[in-house]
Amino acid sequence: MKKKEMVAMLLAGGQGKRLKGLTKSIAKPAVYFGGTYRIIDFPLSNCTNSGIDTVGVLTQYEPLVLSSYIGIGSDWDLNRKNGGVFVLPPHEREDGSNWYRGTADAIYRNLKFVDQFDPEHVLILSGDHIYKMNYNTMLEYHLERKADCTISVIDVPLEEASRFGILNTEEDYKIYEFEEKPAKPKSTLASMGVYIFKWDVLRRALLDDGEESDSSHDFGKDIIPTLLSKGKSLYAYPFEGYWRDVGTVTSLWEANMDLLSDNPPLNLNDPSWRIFTRNPNQPAQYVAPGAKVSGSLINEGSIVRGEVRHSVLFYGVEIGEGSVITDSVIMPKVKIGKNVRIHRAIISENTVIEDYMEIGTDREDGDEILLIDNRSKKRKSIPANTISS
Amino acid sequence: MKQLLGVINLDHELDHLNELTYFRCGAAVPFASRYRLIDFVLSNMMRADLESVGLFVRRKYRSLMDHLGDGKSWDMNRKHGGLFILPPDWNDPTDTSLGDLQHFHNNLDFFKRASAKYIVHSGSQHINTIDFQELYSYHLEKGADVTLVYKKIDHLEPEHDPCLRLEVDEDGNVLNIHHEKNHPNIYMDMFIMEKELFLEQVEYCIAHGESFFFRDAIQKRRDKLKIAAFEYTGYHAVINSVASYYKNSMKLLDQEEYTSLFHDNQVQTKIKYEAPTRYLESANVSNSLVANGCIIAGTVENSVIFRGVQIRKGARVVNSVIMQKCVIEEDAVIENVILDKDVQLSRERILVGDSKRPFVIAKSSKM
Repeated sequence: MKKKEMVAMLLAGGQGKRLKGLTKSIAKPAVYFGGTYRIIDFPLSNCTNSGIDTVGVLTQYEPLVLSSYIGIGSDWDLNRKNGGVFVLPPHEREDGSNWYRGTADAIYRNLKFVDQFDPEHVLILSGDHIYKMNYNTMLEYHLERKADCTISVIDVPLEEASRFGILNTEEDYKIYEFEEKPAKPKSTLASMGVYIFKWDVLRRALLDDGEESDSSHDFGKDIIPTLLSKGKSLYAYPFEGYWRDVGTVTSLWEANMDLLSDNPPLNLNDPSWRIFTRNPNQPAQYVAPGAKVSGSLINEGSIVRGEVRHSVLFYGVEIGEGSVITDSVIMPKVKIGKNVRIHRAIISENTVIEDYMEIGTDREDGDEILLIDNRSKKRKSIPANTISS
Repeated sequence: MKQLLGVINLDHELDHLNELTYFRCGAAVPFASRYRLIDFVLSNMMRADLESVGLFVRRKYRSLMDHLGDGKSWDMNRKHGGLFILPPDWNDPTDTSLGDLQHFHNNLDFFKRASAKYIVHSGSQHINTIDFQELYSYHLEKGADVTLVYKKIDHLEPEHDPCLRLEVDEDGNVLNIHHEKNHPNIYMDMFIMEKELFLEQVEYCIAHGESFFFRDAIQKRRDKLKIAAFEYTGYHAVINSVASYYKNSMKLLDQEEYTSLFHDNQVQTKIKYEAPTRYLESANVSNSLVANGCIIAGTVENSVIFRGVQIRKGARVVNSVIMQKCVIEEDAVIENVILDKDVQLSRERILVGDSKRPFVIAKSSKM
């Protein structure tokens, strides 16, 4: 294999329990987002657009959908002769078999994978954030500072800082302290879970950490603090732009809603930074006479006969006459009957909603977002006679 | 279905779509918001799992080749077989053949190398959803030398005029092939026959100074062949003029038509990576087909909108076909218009065509 400057390792094994039914049988990075995408499309497309052609995807929880989705990577232009995308599940070795015990352990168990490319640097990514980022610009920053490790950070509001891994830095962004979810944050620079390491430094640290029986084998909890204590040179890379952790039903819904303003903070229509995805190849969407659509994002293969306001419709969705969908996310191939009302909800893939159902219409801003699938019992029917044309 | 070899013959198709075919052949004309005419026949062939498909092109095929690539979109990028694009290539100074026969003659290797026993021939102007496996079984069952496909048309339209007609008896045998305008059985430029017989006919016709396979080998020699007829009953549209293009585009807004073309038949096309279409607060869209990647802030009625189109606030698009990446600026109005790709219509411009004769605006015009 030809020597690579940087290889990306994408951590995609997470279960994403807080996404409830959405991750019942798929890994969190495979969850749908934005009318046509899955979450993992964002880091994968960022790699492609940044010119990174070698990506290892570390899977663990429910890998079937994720690995068949990635396939040979051609949708992200990652079907390359030298490099490309590799799905890396946990595997048995001579010294036994184990699940990935933590983020760092997942890389540790794939040392040989990285070594075959003999990279100068390794980019660690997670598969559960929505953002567009040029990793190459970050690599230049990392090289300029001759850093051992560069961590991408985003400025978060102080009151939210305790939800994140917080980096405390000098004025020149040199990191002196890392605190995972601090009760009293000293700064508002939150780690985005995007790291660039010098491979020889990370390799040594992973080998040492692998031996530690009381380590949780986690980048944030173990690797970063250890490197700091050893006096390595770690820098924060301030990222300005849209970035969203979509770990909960509400944050996933909010990130979808962010796409709906007339000038959305995340531009999906930029031809110079396309987000690639597997194309479901559906015919054009059909908006019927009498239908109303506004402030919404709608994908091909959908048939809209009712009203859609401020909502996201994935492909193959059908909405019957007289139905009104507001502030909601409707995932692929959902069939919605006639005179249905849906407000502030996420409707899971393949769900069928019968005529005259009412979902979430009594909900206010601030209430948790309803997640509906074919198993949900939380629906009620509107008496037919209360529907005015 | 390894028994079938696909032949898509564009050699004799004329590019009668005015501005839409100035720089591309008819088969490459965009249709139905995101496809090109060629996609329909290729998707039919893909569904029948043909081993190889040869595409005989003669002129203006740059955009067609760009669209087809290596055939991956139709699952035809195969180790063995797949899609072969065969442009004209006359190298043999002793070759006396003409027309599509010359084209077939120059590509005999393509036919001989394929292991398939039968060829299925089609053009690109009849949009349909035929099941070639069904056609194949029918052909075997009839024990015919060649089986021709036709559609019985209830209301003949001007675009049917150039089509040949088939006289068919009760047993499904072809009695005559002619050009009588009022006959309802439209020949769909589609037939199936044994490859060996096909090649024999090619050789025979060339030896006798002929030039067009269908006319000279089948129509003229129908007494020498057992010709069966297969009646196709699904979605059918003939696109061979601007009027027929426009009319059939508008017809797709009828939900039954839309369903009969797309419901059971996934139509494949070159993959683009567009975001879903954004409808802004001010959007007002009804009875329209809209592809992905559009940003719509204006009004759209009874129209077919292709990928990446932008319709700004206050703009009004009625009864029109707007192809890829056009931009309709604020307060512009268009009605009964076909805009080819990349057209920019400036603010407050008004373009109104006739519903029978829509305006066609050529590719990349700035107005």
